Amino acid sequence: MSDTAPPFVAAPVRRKSAHGESLGVRIALIAVSLAFLLLFLALPLASVFVEASAKGWEAYRAAITEPDAQAAIRLTLLVAAIAVPFNIVVGVAAAWAIAKFEFRGKNLLISLIDLPFSVSPVIAGLVFVLLFGAQGYFGPWLQAHDIKIVFAVPGLILATIFVTFPFVARELIPHMQSLGTADEEAALTLGASPWRVFFRVTLPNVKWSLFYGVLLCNARAMGEFGAVAVVSGKIRGLTNTMPLHIEILYNEYMGAAAFAVASLLAGLALVTLALKTFLEWRFGDEIAASRRH
Amino acid sequence: MSVAVTIETIEKRFENFPALRGVSLDIQPGELVALLGPSGSGKTTLLRLIAGLEQADRGRVLFGETDTHDLSLRERRIGFVFQHYALFKTMNVAENIAFGLRSRPHRARPGESEIRKRVSDLLELVQLQGLEKRYPSQLSGGQRQRVALARALAIEPRVLLLDEPFGALDARVRKDLRGWLRELHGRTGHTTVFVTHDQEEALELADRVAILNDGKIEQVGSADDVYDHPATPFVCEFLGEANKLPVKVVGSLAFFGDRPVLGGITQNQGGLASLYVRPQHLRIVDETPLALPGTVEHLRRNGPLRRAEVAVEGLKKRLDVDLASQVAPAIGERVRLRITHGNLFAAA
Repeated sequence: MSDTAPPFVAAPVRRKSAHGESLGVRIALIAVSLAFLLLFLALPLASVFVEASAKGWEAYRAAITEPDAQAAIRLTLLVAAIAVPFNIVVGVAAAWAIAKFEFRGKNLLISLIDLPFSVSPVIAGLVFVLLFGAQGYFGPWLQAHDIKIVFAVPGLILATIFVTFPFVARELIPHMQSLGTADEEAALTLGASPWRVFFRVTLPNVKWSLFYGVLLCNARAMGEFGAVAVVSGKIRGLTNTMPLHIEILYNEYMGAAAFAVASLLAGLALVTLALKTFLEWRFGDEIAASRRH
Repeated sequence: MSVAVTIETIEKRFENFPALRGVSLDIQPGELVALLGPSGSGKTTLLRLIAGLEQADRGRVLFGETDTHDLSLRERRIGFVFQHYALFKTMNVAENIAFGLRSRPHRARPGESEIRKRVSDLLELVQLQGLEKRYPSQLSGGQRQRVALARALAIEPRVLLLDEPFGALDARVRKDLRGWLRELHGRTGHTTVFVTHDQEEALELADRVAILNDGKIEQVGSADDVYDHPATPFVCEFLGEANKLPVKVVGSLAFFGDRPVLGGITQNQGGLASLYVRPQHLRIVDETPLALPGTVEHLRRNGPLRRAEVAVEGLKKRLDVDLASQVAPAIGERVRLRITHGNLFAAA
């Protein structure tokens, strides 16, 4: 053996895990993540519920049952009940077109779907004021026909649809693209009508992606503030959604009442999260299978 | 007997790529036809055209006397088995097989008990009894393939089309399924077209093989036809192995250089030509007027076959020679080769 042979024995002094990071690094990474979650998510969320109950159960109940709060809750539910189904239909259609067909301008369409994510919600709201407001392009015509969009419920719905549009489509597009078109072709050669292909083959194949998209879309539709604030006009009992109602209460130094309503929204977020986790746990195999093949 | 499927001068182009360039083919009722060719030869496109999943730019596909151009996919009644089966993963085996029957318009739809009966008959046919409730993800590759076949057969198809039916399976399962499919075809008698790039598969299974190359059919014929009497140099090189010798034909003799190597040529083609000789048609001989001298450079064994690589002066590639006799030559030995059979094509 020559003395230039590689020194196998003397090489690594410090022990390392198979991943290459030392124990200290791993602990530090986990600690940083946990600290961040605690500071920026858990703590604020907890404070919402603490503040909400600061003045006792009676005040809490009063805050969420007073007429304006009730109107805000009803309006929020109404807006979500229209915006979410609309976005499901259009989102599925857009995802279908992008995933299953080849056409000119496809990349442009994909970028456009992302637009609401990259535009500030305030701008989104302003766009609708510019279009449909009294001084807007369609303003005079709308006034002449006695149709109110801005500072009314239709404006809220439009702004919410705009802001929440990408959720469904973005969940579906990559999934549908990975599935290809063979299943649909198989169903068609077996004599199925296009509707049957869609409802029995395409939709079941992507149902979990669709469901995630709808959950996220709904959470955002109920929680949206910026775009809705611009088009709402904040008329109490008429055009105030829950987030707007919360802001008004808070600005009027009614902190406990503000947090009481806020706790409902926060509760919705928690329910969404819990539902998602439950479904992943309960149907994990099926979800994995539907994405794999 | 009438023709089941007629393909008439089909042309099909994808963007700038001509996939099919004037393909014609007749398929007889009950026939099992293989579309064989390298990838990119247009075989899958042709299959999808017959199915109606693609539309031809020019030419027609007829089922019997009917032009299929105006038929919907449902009216075509095609049993298509996809390369990766395309089973519906959210449905179990029984629901997959019943899908075609349940998709019929209300008036033509059989009753539930009738459907159940058909499903169980088909499961028996493909030997998957007892797996009704399984989902595709719980089946092996071979089982999925058979479910796909049963699903396609459920609609009583006019023609059964299989895209690389054994492509996604491992070698042993493939062999088993091949025999089984041949037997199934014998029993059910469906007119069947399948696509493959595996020549062994095509030659063993099919009544007739259509060999495609570059968007055209090079030759159609029985396995013996295409293997023993290849119509083009491509078929000769694609099917099995062949040594290629540049020769000059004078009268009834083919000359390699100035040496006569093959006699008795009756084809009327004087001048330069390519002579294709399969390894089993080269024999090591002691003395003969028509022989090719060379040097053994390599000996190989491939299963039962022993093979020598023989270098011949004036030829870049060594000739592959199957050794029939028990006595193998030694490496470096000078041998004489006689060509017992060859295919001659005029040099392009």
